[in-house]
Amino acid sequence: MAQRTFKIWRGDREGGEFVDYTVEVGPGMVVLDAIHRIQAEHASELACRWNCKAGKCGSCSMEINGKPRLSCMTRLNSLPEGTVTVQPLKAFPIVKDLVTDVSWNFEQNKRIPPLKPKARDADGNHRMMQEDVDRVQEFRKCIECFLCQDVCHVLRDHKQHEKFVGPRFMIRLAQLEMHPLDTDDRIEKIRKEFGSGWCNITRCCTEVCPEHIGITDNGIIPLKERVVDRYYDPVAWFIRKVFGSKK
Amino acid sequence: MAAADISELQTIEHDVLVIGAGGAGLRAAIECAAQGVNTGLVCKSLLGKAHTVMAEGGMAAAMGNVDSRDNWKVHFRDTMRGGKFLNNWRMAELHAKEAPERVRELEEWGAVFDRTKQGLISQRNFGGHRYPRLAHVGDRTGLELIRTLQDHGVHQGIQVHMECTVLDLLKDGDRVVGALAYWRDTGRFVLFKAKAVVLATGGAGKAWRVTSNSWEYSGDGLAMAYLAGAELMDLEFTQFHPTGMVWPPSVRGTLVTEGVRGDGGILKNKDGKRFMFDYIPERFAAETADTEEEANRWLKGDKAARRPPELLTRDVVARAINAEVKAGRGSEHGGVYLDIASRVPAEIIRKKLPSMYHQFKELAEVDITAQPMEVGPTLHYFMGGIRVDADSQMTTVPGLFAAGECAAGLHGANRLGGNSLSDLIVFGKRAGAGACEFAAKAGQGAIDEAQVHASMRRATDFLNRESGVNPFVVQEKLQEMMSHNVGIIRTKAELETAIEKLKELDAEAATAKAHATSQYNAGWHTALDLRNLLLSSEAVTKAALTREESRGAHTRDDFPGERDEWVKYNIIIKRGQGGEMIVEKRERPAGPAPLVEIANSKIEDLESGKVAADYK
Repeated sequence: MAQRTFKIWRGDREGGEFVDYTVEVGPGMVVLDAIHRIQAEHASELACRWNCKAGKCGSCSMEINGKPRLSCMTRLNSLPEGTVTVQPLKAFPIVKDLVTDVSWNFEQNKRIPPLKPKARDADGNHRMMQEDVDRVQEFRKCIECFLCQDVCHVLRDHKQHEKFVGPRFMIRLAQLEMHPLDTDDRIEKIRKEFGSGWCNITRCCTEVCPEHIGITDNGIIPLKERVVDRYYDPVAWFIRKVFGSKK
Repeated sequence: MAAADISELQTIEHDVLVIGAGGAGLRAAIECAAQGVNTGLVCKSLLGKAHTVMAEGGMAAAMGNVDSRDNWKVHFRDTMRGGKFLNNWRMAELHAKEAPERVRELEEWGAVFDRTKQGLISQRNFGGHRYPRLAHVGDRTGLELIRTLQDHGVHQGIQVHMECTVLDLLKDGDRVVGALAYWRDTGRFVLFKAKAVVLATGGAGKAWRVTSNSWEYSGDGLAMAYLAGAELMDLEFTQFHPTGMVWPPSVRGTLVTEGVRGDGGILKNKDGKRFMFDYIPERFAAETADTEEEANRWLKGDKAARRPPELLTRDVVARAINAEVKAGRGSEHGGVYLDIASRVPAEIIRKKLPSMYHQFKELAEVDITAQPMEVGPTLHYFMGGIRVDADSQMTTVPGLFAAGECAAGLHGANRLGGNSLSDLIVFGKRAGAGACEFAAKAGQGAIDEAQVHASMRRATDFLNRESGVNPFVVQEKLQEMMSHNVGIIRTKAELETAIEKLKELDAEAATAKAHATSQYNAGWHTALDLRNLLLSSEAVTKAALTREESRGAHTRDDFPGERDEWVKYNIIIKRGQGGEMIVEKRERPAGPAPLVEIANSKIEDLESGKVAADYK
């Protein structure tokens, strides 16, 4: 078996440093396997979140060689030879080692008005056509790994957590707005409370999404267009002024 | 901390405390909140990460959207036959009847299932289900379920306590009145007081080396309920899912959905032979295709054709794969081949099984639209668990309820794929309702300081002792030992060896040492899990030794075949006065006549109304 060195950030809210660990690596191993081996052999107190180990739960997000990734889906043989650098997500406060405090995301979810479905058909069923839900299903693939939140400049660099809910919750909003059964209207909130204007469409979120969701093109841009149609279309503005809001 | 007055402990009070936030726990909490009670939901991970997320194929509910011949009686019959008639009759009935409405309710809360051409919820074929029955979203149905419940639940006033691990249940006399837990990020203790507690903690799959389960499945609920005096049942029935990944080693055991076979995938050995035709059990022979030609017609939608043998129940398929590998006909890395590439066009595979496509592409560098997958059995699910009342889900301890995988009864000796997600929502709701009803009549109980102190001391001992064994090493030894001695095929000698080894591992675990502080400490968490894993393993092993027959997921090499007298008994495990584990062979009550008739009927007689037509 070959050996490989991992430079892992160790520390807490007070500060920390990178520590090198060298472990044996085998065929097919992913970064998370190496972290588990480091825990078992060198640093049992090393903190790291994980669950499914198959890219389905979004727990083991971290930055590997500077890129936000799921450690359970990052094969060692896909990385350039040499030392692998592993550090926690940057957009959120550190708890310990590779674990960050992502509770802010869970608070955002609570702010989003949930589905308000229309009445069922007389036979007790809802009817929706597959082609009408394809886009919604694309957004619902989200595993809440928060890699998109981590890489979003508005959150990562400008720390505008108060103003913008971030890409993850923009697509949550998009799936609700595009849901064929939904009767609510969140456009005003999307503009005023959730901060759609902050996104400047750099598509970094789309690039890191492990589920390959078209976050920017399929989710955020259409929401921005709906906001524009409502607020910046002079004809619509006039009609609203004269006849009142449509909902 | 150990000597501190408990009045200094952080204390949180709820009417109902739900432990575990997978499908069952979330659904229970939603029911409690809907009934207006103060509800707390505790989970070891972040919300939405529980193993429900890994469920792929779908949730079984006889809605009849794809084949109108389906109804609750056929679903009930399939469930009983799949469970080898050891299921709790009432639970199997309630499940089959209530699942459709529970699924429709999810749609109200935002779930977006795949659709039929008419726009209804689509349903897919699965092992052991006579008709297409599984409501699904591609191969990520569990994610849809958990996210739907999560997104709905956070608006219902449930207080969610994330990354919090419960150490022990606390009792006031006979009754459960709370729990002691710790926050994973700080290691600080927290005391929960509650009028009723619902356990929704899943199984103990992490006691095996090759498993689809994550670290969370350490049998916490089983062990805590057992220590609180509750009875456990049917623990000998541990399901080995036939298709886990086998290569590369780091993903060995990761689940490959049964949906692959439901959508046309077939199993082949290294000689290219489609071997499942050689393993059709008598009971299913009349309803299973016996030629490739007939199986192919079924796949094309011919309703007169019988189902392919790859869709036999999981116990049957797992044993068949095991036998092929043992006979030297396995694949390169000790599995068999699962081939959908030669059966279904590539774009359909990518559409219907997108996460399988990515999983193999990224983890194994295999393109499943062009190559076969290598698969083998993986420990997946506990049919057994805490014994509960069918209607209320109350355990044998007042105030303590259980739902989902940690509860026993619905699945008998073998669970059908798709019956787990529906189990979660049917009995999660029922457990929530049961707990609310209990809480309405009960006040808060008294917290016994001695119990709290004992629990804290056990936890801190791992940190405080000078030296000791590495908890990861003990866990790994346990996993090797259980995989070797309590696997798919069991013998008296191996089970007895396992019991001896468990004693040694118990002693080792008691001396485990966790280094550094209690703050988010993986070694400490692992040390704390060992007690629960070991107790669960002991219960499984002793139950397996007691049941001298082969039924469903429990196969004894020394007692082949089902023995009629054994269907009359459940194996019950409980804690004796002196702390010893008592194993009891207990007679089951007979099933109600109409249900027995339905379960044993010929499908034609059931469908033509000859059987139990008046029973609604």
